[in-house]
Amino acid sequence: MGASIQINGITHRFSGKGPNVLENLVFDMAAGRSTALIGESGCGKSTLLHMLAGLMLPTEGCVRINGQQVTKPHPEWNMMFQRPGLYPWLNVRQNVALGLQFTGKTEALAQRVDEMLALVGLSDKGAARPQDLSGGQQQRVALARSLAVEPDVILLDEPFSALDAFTRRNLQLEVRHIAREKNITLVLVTHDIDEALTMGDSVVVMGRNPGTFQSVMNIDLAYPRNPIDPKFAKLREDLMARFKHSVEGQPQARQTSFDAIANNTNKIKTPAHERPLDQNNGRSSSLPLNR
Amino acid sequence: MSHSISSADIAARPRAMPWIKLRRQLMGKIAYPLIGLAILLAFWWFGGYLIASNPATQAFAGFAPAQALPQAWQLFISGTLMGTVLPSLYRIGMGLLWAILVAVPVGILVGASPVLRQITGFPFQLLRMVSPLAWMPIAVLAFATWDGAIIFLIFMAALWPILFSTAFAVQRIDPMYFKIARNFGASPLASLQRLVLPAIAPDILAGFRLALGIAWVVLVPAEYLGVTSGLGYAINDARDILAYDLLAALVLIIGIIGYLLDSVIVMLIRYLGWQNSD
Repeated sequence: MGASIQINGITHRFSGKGPNVLENLVFDMAAGRSTALIGESGCGKSTLLHMLAGLMLPTEGCVRINGQQVTKPHPEWNMMFQRPGLYPWLNVRQNVALGLQFTGKTEALAQRVDEMLALVGLSDKGAARPQDLSGGQQQRVALARSLAVEPDVILLDEPFSALDAFTRRNLQLEVRHIAREKNITLVLVTHDIDEALTMGDSVVVMGRNPGTFQSVMNIDLAYPRNPIDPKFAKLREDLMARFKHSVEGQPQARQTSFDAIANNTNKIKTPAHERPLDQNNGRSSSLPLNR
Repeated sequence: MSHSISSADIAARPRAMPWIKLRRQLMGKIAYPLIGLAILLAFWWFGGYLIASNPATQAFAGFAPAQALPQAWQLFISGTLMGTVLPSLYRIGMGLLWAILVAVPVGILVGASPVLRQITGFPFQLLRMVSPLAWMPIAVLAFATWDGAIIFLIFMAALWPILFSTAFAVQRIDPMYFKIARNFGASPLASLQRLVLPAIAPDILAGFRLALGIAWVVLVPAEYLGVTSGLGYAINDARDILAYDLLAALVLIIGIIGYLLDSVIVMLIRYLGWQNSD
């Protein structure tokens, strides 16, 4: 379990002669690590995630998972979306089994489904219809469905953004815990800086027009992480500064975006300092300087 | 006047609830339908009375319930009813089967492909507007047997409701469901089996219900075509021998069988449908 991911010089255009939406992205993610991608809306985070999942192909460059070029979707690197996308004509058990059935892995299916439901704390909901569950429970079912196929990589496209704060926090901690237990590589796209810091071993800040990697920050905090921990607050401050730098560094910088995030987190309005890109807590990164 | 509620009143309420619920269920499932039936019978009886009391129409007095109902019972207990109904059920069953076999796959293709939808839009709408009975001369020419011609007419009547409801249902499938299937590397066949068919099943059944209603209406005039069996033939025959009580009994039986067939489809929709889940 766990797979390394290499992003090899990805450039992408939605139409042949259109502008680059992503430009020369290079990054390595180690097996079993968790990487959070943050950036302004429209910077191409979700597009990149779809490329990692094989749901889209880049115009130039490629993605490799464990050295294997990603050319199409595969259950071993599957994605969780903002909406759980549970099939309403199936009950919870059948939804959890869906990935296994799609991939033809039907050996010991019932036992596997039972294990996954127990893992996400929904053993008593197997016969329920998805539409009878809360939003948080539905995302747990989607998580169980993803985990059932024993993935090496799970790609999270803002899966908790529609949930209330308490449910969101619980799921962030649970997903990170399960991924660590099973050594699954996580890539998370989020607009929530606290979520990025709660779940990421490293956080990548993306700029836009075109989408580039602006900065990477390694998070040296023990799990489970607590937002009221002073070290967490310090890292948040640092990340806010990087985010602000990425916004102001854009051709069409929008201060309002930064203000919105600063207000949302109720924290630092004036970042204390901006750490140079290549000094990420003393760790090295293959992230290129695209500024 | 005091409006205070005692604790005994509150305690008594839950005991009253099941009785109220039972009364509502009895009214909804038995009493109201019986009232509707009684109103229909009253109109029928009054119509029969008017016909019988007018010397100019007295010959048609057999239409009244007093004559028609015993005749229907006689048909039932004598066993001749089955001999009349079964050929009709066979024809309608075959017509509907062919309609499903053609309409569901074509509907899925039309629903899934915007290009195919544009290509077929005009011709399908044009053909849909042609009365199924207008195909009668062509059916007689094209099929070697009368049965074949009648089944073709029923097929033409049932085809369009199933095809259009299938195509519309495919268009309405949430794109997220396809994304989930692709995400797990589902093959097209697995997606069809586990996603498309279950997702569109309630709409196919709704289209089938509509098709059954139209086909059942078309059946009787279609069976005027040459055949010597079936409900349409029996009605035609009853008219020819001036047996109006038999004719009215057959009309009643056609209505009852149509209602029973529709009820079976409604039960299937409830059983297979997922859209009405609480």
